[in-house]
Amino acid sequence: MLIETRAAAPPLDVPAAGEPLPPAAGAPRRRSWRSRLHAAEARTAPYAYVAPFFAIFLAFGLFPLIYTAWISLHRYRLGSRMSWIGLDNYVWLFSNPSFYNALWKTITIGVLSTVPQLAIALGLAHLLNYKLRGRTFLRVAMLMPYATSVAAATLVFALIFGRDAGLVNGLLGAVGIDPVDWRNGDWTAQIAISVIVIWRWTGYNALIYLAGMQSIPADLYKAAAMDGANRWQQFLHVTLPGLRPTILFTIVVSTIGASQLFGEPLLFGGGQANGGPANQYQTLGLFMYQQGWQFGQLGRAATVAWVMFLLIIALVLLNAWVARRRTER
Amino acid sequence: MPIRRTATAALLAGSLALTACGSSDPAPAAPGTPTEISVSLFGTFGYDEVGLFKEYEAANPGITIRYESTQGEDKYWPALQTRLASGSGVADVQGIEVARIADVVQNQADLWTDLRDTPANDAVGRYIDWKEKAATTPDGAVLGLGTDIGPMGICYRSDLLQQAGLPTDPAQLSAQMPDWNGFLALGEKFQAAAPAGAAWHDSAGGLYNAIISTQQQIYYDASGNLVYASNPAVRQAFDTAAKAGQAGLTAKLEQFLDPGWDQGFGSGRFATIACPSWMIGYIKGKAGEAGAGKWNVTSLPGGAGGNWGGSYMGIPASSPHKEEAAKLITWLTAPEQQAKVFAKVGNFPSTTQAITEVSGATDPYFNGAPIGQIFSKSATSAPVQILGPQDGVVKNAMTQALLAVETGGATPDVAWADAGKKIDNQVG
Repeated sequence: MLIETRAAAPPLDVPAAGEPLPPAAGAPRRRSWRSRLHAAEARTAPYAYVAPFFAIFLAFGLFPLIYTAWISLHRYRLGSRMSWIGLDNYVWLFSNPSFYNALWKTITIGVLSTVPQLAIALGLAHLLNYKLRGRTFLRVAMLMPYATSVAAATLVFALIFGRDAGLVNGLLGAVGIDPVDWRNGDWTAQIAISVIVIWRWTGYNALIYLAGMQSIPADLYKAAAMDGANRWQQFLHVTLPGLRPTILFTIVVSTIGASQLFGEPLLFGGGQANGGPANQYQTLGLFMYQQGWQFGQLGRAATVAWVMFLLIIALVLLNAWVARRRTER
Repeated sequence: MPIRRTATAALLAGSLALTACGSSDPAPAAPGTPTEISVSLFGTFGYDEVGLFKEYEAANPGITIRYESTQGEDKYWPALQTRLASGSGVADVQGIEVARIADVVQNQADLWTDLRDTPANDAVGRYIDWKEKAATTPDGAVLGLGTDIGPMGICYRSDLLQQAGLPTDPAQLSAQMPDWNGFLALGEKFQAAAPAGAAWHDSAGGLYNAIISTQQQIYYDASGNLVYASNPAVRQAFDTAAKAGQAGLTAKLEQFLDPGWDQGFGSGRFATIACPSWMIGYIKGKAGEAGAGKWNVTSLPGGAGGNWGGSYMGIPASSPHKEEAAKLITWLTAPEQQAKVFAKVGNFPSTTQAITEVSGATDPYFNGAPIGQIFSKSATSAPVQILGPQDGVVKNAMTQALLAVETGGATPDVAWADAGKKIDNQVG
C-alpha cells in the first residue's frame, strides 16, 4: 500500500492546466519549458504504476465479489447449470437454524480466542519491553507459532487434546481429573480450538504491541518511576494510553480473523465441515464450505459468503465508529 | 492384437456411420500411435500398488498411462465436478465412489461415456448382479465399470474377547449372535468382564452403517423418493446403534476423523468393528506388525449379507481417448486383475469369476481367518441396494446424530429429529 500512496503523490505537485499559477512560485515557470511529453508522463506515470495493483484487484478481488453475488441469486448445484431463483437462497439462509448456530459459534469461539490472545500478547510485550537477557531470542521465539502451518499445528493439537492418549488429559489425570472428551463436547471443543488460535497468534500480536510500546517516549517511564510508580502502575498509566491506536488496530484485525476462522475447526474435526456431531464448533467459514463442497450447493455457499462479507463490513464500521468516539472524547 | 484393434476400429466406424451422428470425437488412434491415457482415482484402488499400470504399458506398446490419486474422496469429487462442469482438465479415466453413482446415473448421464458404445461393453456382463445395475441409466446406458465391492463382516480382537471370557473362534462367535440384538447382548457380556478401557464396539455410527448395509431399501424407494424418515429399517438401525451407544458399549470414536480411532486399533480401545472387506487393509495399516495374530473376522450377526462401499471407473464424455481408455478399464477390472488386487491390498472383487477365485483365501494376519469365504458369502447374499443421489448427506447426518447420542449430547429421539431437520433443510 505504501508504494501506491507514494506513486500517487506527485501529481499533486503539478498544477492542473489552466489553473492560475501561484505568484510567488518560481518553479512552475521553469516547468513550462519542459516538453509536453514529459509533463504527460508525469501526469500518467503514477497511474501506470498503480495499474498492476488495480488490474489484479479487479481480476481477483472485485470480479469474484460481484460474481459471487450473482451466483447467490441462483440455484447452482455442483455439476449442473445455474438457474435464477432470486432471493430464495437468502430466505433459506435466514430461516435456517444451522446458520444462526454457525454465527453464534463464530462469536463464541471468536471471543474465547481473541480476548485471552490480546491480553496475553499485551502482557508479553510489556515484559519484553524491559531490558532482559536474551531479549532478541525471546522475540524471535514468540513469532515461531505464527510461522508454523495451520495444518501442522492443528493436527498436533488434535492429538494433544485426544481423549484416550492426549497430553492434556494426561496432565489432568495427574491431578485427579477424569479424562475430558474434548472434541465431542460443546464448550470443550470450542476451548480446544481457541487454544490453537491463541497459541498461533499471541506472538504476532505481542510483536505489534512491542513496536507500539517502543514509540512511547522512555522519558514518560522515567518520570513515572521517579514519581514512585511500580511496573504495574507504569503499564496501566503509561503503556496502555500510549498504545490505544495499536490496540484498536489489533482488535480490528483479530475480529476479522475470528469471523473468518476456518482452518483450525476444519482440521480439528478431521477435515470434515460438520464442526462436531452437534455442529458445536461449526463456524461460518465451515458452514459455507460445507454448503459448497460437501453438499455441492454453490448458490447457497455464495449466499453465505456474501452475508459474511456484509457482516465483516458492519464489524469494521462498528470498530471505526467506536474508535472515533473514543478519540473525540 | 493389431488385427483385433483394426476390427474394433472398423466396427466403431461402422456404428458411427449407421447412427450417422455428427460426432466431434477425433478418430480412434491408429494402431501403434503413441497414446497417453490419464487416470485419476482416489484413495487406494490398488492398481499402482500391484504394478498393473506398468504391466499394461508393457503389453500394449505405444500406450503410456499417467496416473494420479487424491487421498480423500471428499476432496476428489468436488474437484472433479468443477472440471466436468468446465469441460477441461478431466482425465480419460475417473474413479466414482458407489455413494456418487446414483448422482452420476440420474443427473450427469450426458457428462459420461456410455460404455456400451466402447470395447468395455463386453465386460458389463461379468459382474455380480447389482454392481452394474447401479451404474446403468433408465435408458440402459452403462456409465461405469465396477472395481471393488464392500461385502461385510465383523472384525474382532480375539485377545480381548478371550480376556472377557467370550469365544474367539469365528464359527462359535457367530453362533452366539443370531441377530443384532444378540450382538448387543454379547457386548453387555463383554463389557461386564472386559479389560479396563476396552469397549465392545468402536462407534455407534459404524454399527449403524453395518446394520443398514444389509438392507435393500435404505434412504430412497425404487421410484427415487426420499423415504428415510418413514423407512422402519432406518429407524430400527438408528435405535439399535443409539442403544449400544447409550449403554456404553461403544468407544465413542468417530470413524476416520477422530485421531483416537486410528490409535484404537493398536491400543485395544475397542474389541469389534464393522468390517467391510476394505477395512482388512486399513486394520493392518493402523494396528501394524504388533497387531498380527490379535485380530480375527466373522460374518455379520445371523450370517446376513451386506455391502458398504466399493467403486467404479468411468470415462468422461470429453475424453479424446475413449476407445483406449475403455480397453484399459476393461483389462483393469478383469477377474484376473481383481484377484491380484485383492491378494495385495484387500479390495474385494466384484466380478463373479474373481469372487469364486478368491473364495478360498485366508489371511495369516487375522489368525488365518477364511476371509475369502466370509466375504464372498456376504457378497452373494447381499441385497440389491437402492441407491440415491443424496445418500451421502443422509448417512452423514445419521452418523453425526449417533455420535451426539453416544457422547452424551442428545437423547436418541432428539438426535433423530435434529438429523431429520438437517436433512430436510439440505436436500429440499
